[in-house]
Amino acid sequence: MNIIDRRLNPKSKSLGNRQRFVRRAKADIREAVKDALKKRKVSEVEGSEKISIRSKSVREPSFSHSRDSGSRDMILPGNKDYKVGDLIPKPQGGGGGGGGGQASADGEGQDDFVFTLSKDEFLDLFFEDLKLPNLIKTRLKDLKSPVPQRAGYTSDGPPAKLNRVRTMRRSLARRIALRRPKESEVQQLERALAEAETDVPRDENLIAELRAKLDRVLRLRRTIAYVDPIDLQYNRTERVPKPATQAVMFCLMDASASMTEPLKDLAKRFFMLLHLFLSRHYREVDVVFVRHTSTASEVDEETFFRGVETGGTVISTALEEMDRIVRDRYSPEDWNIYAAQASDGDNIPDDMGRCLDLVENSLLPVCQYFAYIEVSEQIGFGDTIVWDGYKEIAERNKHFAMRRVTSPSEIFPVFHELFSASAGA
Amino acid sequence: MTMTDIPEMRPKPAVKASKPLFDGPEWNFDLIHEVYDAIAEIGVGEMGLDIYRNQIEVITAEQMLDAYSSIGMPVMYRHWSFGKRFAHDEMYYRKGARSLAFEIVINSDPCINYIMEENSMTMQCLVLAHAAMGHNHFFKNNYLFKQWTQADAILEYLAFAKKFVADCEERFGVPAVEAVIDAAHALMNQGVSRNAAPRRRFDPAKAREREIRRREYEVEIYNELWRTLPQSKPEAKAEEVVIDPSPPIVPEENLLYFLEKHSPKLAGWKREILRIVRVLSTYFYPQRQTKVMNEGCATFVHYEIMNRLYEKGLVTDGSMLEFMHMHSAVVYQPGFSDRGFSGFNPYALGFAMMRDIKRICLEPTDEDRQWFPDIAGNGQPMETLREAWANFRDESFIHQFLSPKVIRDFRLFHIRNKSEDHAVRVEAIHDEMGYRDVRRLLARQYDVSQQDPDIQVTDADLSGSRRLVLTHFVRDGILLDKDECDRTLMHVARLWGFRVRLVEVDNMTGAKLREHETLPLP
Repeated sequence: MNIIDRRLNPKSKSLGNRQRFVRRAKADIREAVKDALKKRKVSEVEGSEKISIRSKSVREPSFSHSRDSGSRDMILPGNKDYKVGDLIPKPQGGGGGGGGGQASADGEGQDDFVFTLSKDEFLDLFFEDLKLPNLIKTRLKDLKSPVPQRAGYTSDGPPAKLNRVRTMRRSLARRIALRRPKESEVQQLERALAEAETDVPRDENLIAELRAKLDRVLRLRRTIAYVDPIDLQYNRTERVPKPATQAVMFCLMDASASMTEPLKDLAKRFFMLLHLFLSRHYREVDVVFVRHTSTASEVDEETFFRGVETGGTVISTALEEMDRIVRDRYSPEDWNIYAAQASDGDNIPDDMGRCLDLVENSLLPVCQYFAYIEVSEQIGFGDTIVWDGYKEIAERNKHFAMRRVTSPSEIFPVFHELFSASAGA
Repeated sequence: MTMTDIPEMRPKPAVKASKPLFDGPEWNFDLIHEVYDAIAEIGVGEMGLDIYRNQIEVITAEQMLDAYSSIGMPVMYRHWSFGKRFAHDEMYYRKGARSLAFEIVINSDPCINYIMEENSMTMQCLVLAHAAMGHNHFFKNNYLFKQWTQADAILEYLAFAKKFVADCEERFGVPAVEAVIDAAHALMNQGVSRNAAPRRRFDPAKAREREIRRREYEVEIYNELWRTLPQSKPEAKAEEVVIDPSPPIVPEENLLYFLEKHSPKLAGWKREILRIVRVLSTYFYPQRQTKVMNEGCATFVHYEIMNRLYEKGLVTDGSMLEFMHMHSAVVYQPGFSDRGFSGFNPYALGFAMMRDIKRICLEPTDEDRQWFPDIAGNGQPMETLREAWANFRDESFIHQFLSPKVIRDFRLFHIRNKSEDHAVRVEAIHDEMGYRDVRRLLARQYDVSQQDPDIQVTDADLSGSRRLVLTHFVRDGILLDKDECDRTLMHVARLWGFRVRLVEVDNMTGAKLREHETLPLP
C-alpha cells in the first residue's frame, strides 16, 4: 500500500469541460442572463450570478422507455397494510412518481438546470454584443501604444527579469567544463581524512596526500564560483509599437439638488456600468468625468461616483466644460469622441437655448455618438424641458440617442439598447 | 420507518487487548499506514479477502467534485457533459444540499482509492475498510469484472483516449469532435455486446499504432494536385483503411460497434472515438450489473472490520459511535411512500442480504433449512459469501439468496402498473404465497438487459439506398419515449450518414407498433 498526497495537484481539472459546457449552452444562458438582469441590484454589478436555464441545448438523449405505455411489474419496499388484490389509485394528472410509477430519480432533463456563472463569465456574456458605435477614426498621429513583447535573452538586466532556468543551465555547463569539484567529493575526502587520522597505525603519507587533495579541491571550489556573473541570463523584452484606436468617453452627470438620492443612484449605476464596460473591453479608452450643478468641473472617478455636492442646475456649463476639454486635449481629428449625459431633465429655462446650440453645433459634429439618459422617479405627465429640446436634435441626428430610465431594473436593458452593436449606425 | 436491521453495537469486550490506534478526529499519513495495516490484518488475514495492491490518494473536496464529474475516473477526455455534471454537483454541494461521497474507488490495478482530506480519522478508517478491502476484493474476484474489464490497462487506455480526443480537437475543431462524442454518448447503453464478453484485450499501444498508421496513410495519399481537381474524392479512399469490408452481420445489438465497423462514410478518427466510448461502456457494464453486490460487499466488509477493530480494542468507544452513526445513515432504506424514496438503496439491500447469509450459515431457522438447504448451518459464512461475491451478479444473487426474512424485514410487495388502468394492483406481499413471486421480480428488476430497451440493427442496405433499420423489441407493451427516441435517432443518423428507421415491434406477437424515421442533417 502506498499513500499519495494529491491535495496540491492543480485544481479545477474540469475547467476545460466547464468552458465547453458554457459555450454549448450559450444561447440559453444568454436568455437567462437577460432575465437575471431584470432582477439584479446595483451592488451586484461585480458579483457572480446564479443562472437557471431550460436545458434544451444541453440535453443528452438516449433510448429510454416511455412512462405511459405498457404494463410493468415492480417490487417496492415498505408495505404498510396492503394485501394481495388491493388497488392503489394512481396519482392524477402529474403522471409518474408516487405510488405507481417508478419515482423519477433523473428528472429526465426537463427541469430547469441551475448553476452559477462566475463574474467573468457573466460579464463576458453581458457585454458580448456591445461596442462603441462608429469607432472609425483610426488615423493615428505618431502616437502608438507600445506593447512589450518577449525578445530573447540578454546578459544584463534588472533582477526581476532574471531567467533562472537559463542562468542555472549556463552555470551547470561552466561548472562541468571547468571541473568544479562537487560537494560530495569534499565530503568523501573529509571522511577519508577523518578515517585516516583515527586509523592505527597512522599512515602519515596517506594523511598528507589526502590533506593536499582536500586543499586543492577546496581551493578549486573557491575559485570556480557556483554562479558566476557570466552565467546570468535575463529575459529581454522589446516594446513594439502597436497602432491603436483612440477614444474618449465623456460622462456628464447632473448633481443638482433636484436630483434626489434615488435619481443620482440611477445615474451612477448607469455610469458604473458604462465604466465597467469600457475598462473591460477597450484598453485605449480615456474616460473623462464631468459633474455639474450651476457650475461644472472635471473630477476624478472617485469623486464622480462617491462625491456629494448639490446646487442649482445649469446644464450648459457641463457642455461648455466638455467642449473646452475637447479643444484642449482631444483633437477630433485624432480621437473618437463619445459622450453620455445623465440628468433628471430639469434645467433653468433660460439655459436651454444655449444647451441645444452647444450640443447641436459644437459637440455633435465632433462626437461619434452622444447618449442622453433621463432619470425620473416615474413616467411624468408630459416631457421635461431637456427631453423636449433634445427630441428635435435626435430627429435630425442619427448619432444622438436618448432614453428614459425610471427604475434600476431598466438600466441594463437601456444600456444594452444604447450600446448594442447596431446602435448609432 | 426504517426497515433495515439497525446495527446493534456488540457488547464491549471484557478485556481491551491493546491501546487504541487513534483518538480524536485528526489524521496523518503515519496513522493511516498503521490503521491500514490493522485493517488489512483483519480483512486479508481473518476474512480471507483477496485484493489488488492499494494506492491511496488524498484529495480535497474540490478535487472530489472534479472526479465526480468525470464519472469517477482520474483521467478522462474533455466533453461538455462532464462540465454540466460538475456545474450541477457543485451547485448542490455549495448549497449544502448534498454531501460528497467519502471515497471513490477505481477498478484498476493497483486499486486507486481516493479519500478526502476533510474526513475524520474514523471516517478514513471506515473508508479504507469499505473501499480498499471491500470494493477491492469484489473487483478482483467477481466473474463479471474478471471477464469484462482489464484492471491493469484501463488507466493507460484512458490516457490514450484523452490524448486522442485532444488531438482530434486540435485537428478538426472542437465542435466536430463534440458532435461525434455527443452521438456516441447517446448510444452508450447500446454500446455493449451483452452476450459475448470482450474477445480481445484492448491494447492502448495498438490503438495508438492504428492511429499513427491512419495518419501516415493520409499523408501518403495526399497530393497537392488533387486539390485542384474539382470532382475527385481522395478522402473516400482514406476511409477504407478501417472500414470492415465484409457484409455486416445482422442482427447486431451493439450499435456503437456496428456503426464503427460499417458506417459507410465515417472518417477514421470518428470511428476511433466510437471505439473509445464503446470501451468505456463495456468497462462500466459490470458495475451496472453489480450495484447491490458491490456496495453490499463493501458495506458488509467495513461493518465486520470495524467491529473486529473494536473487539480488539483498537478503536475507541467514541469513534465506534461515530462509525455507527454513519453506517446507519448509509444503510437506511426509506419506504416507497416516504418523501425521500428514490428506489432501492443498494447499500441497504446488499448489506441486509449478506448479513442474512451470515446468519443462515451460523444460526439457521427451520425456514432457512427449507429455503437454503445447501448453506443453512454450514458454519462457514465467509466461505459462502466469498463464493457468492465471486460467482453472482445482482440479478442472480437476489434470485439465489433473497430470503423470506429479508423480504419480511423490508416489507417488500409486488405491484402491477398497467398504463390503461387508473389504479395499480398489489399482486404479492411478504407472505408464504408471495415470497417466490417477489424474489423473482426483484431479481428481474436488477437485470440490466431488462432495464435497457432491446434495440438491434436488423437491416443495413449498403449497396442501394443505404438505409439503416433498427428494431426495438417491445416487452410488455412498453414503447420508447418518443421525444428522446427522435433525438437519439438524429445522432444515429449523423453517424450513419443516411436515412435511419426505427421500428418498434412487439416481441411476442411480432406486430409492428410504431415507426420512427430520420434523415441526417445536411
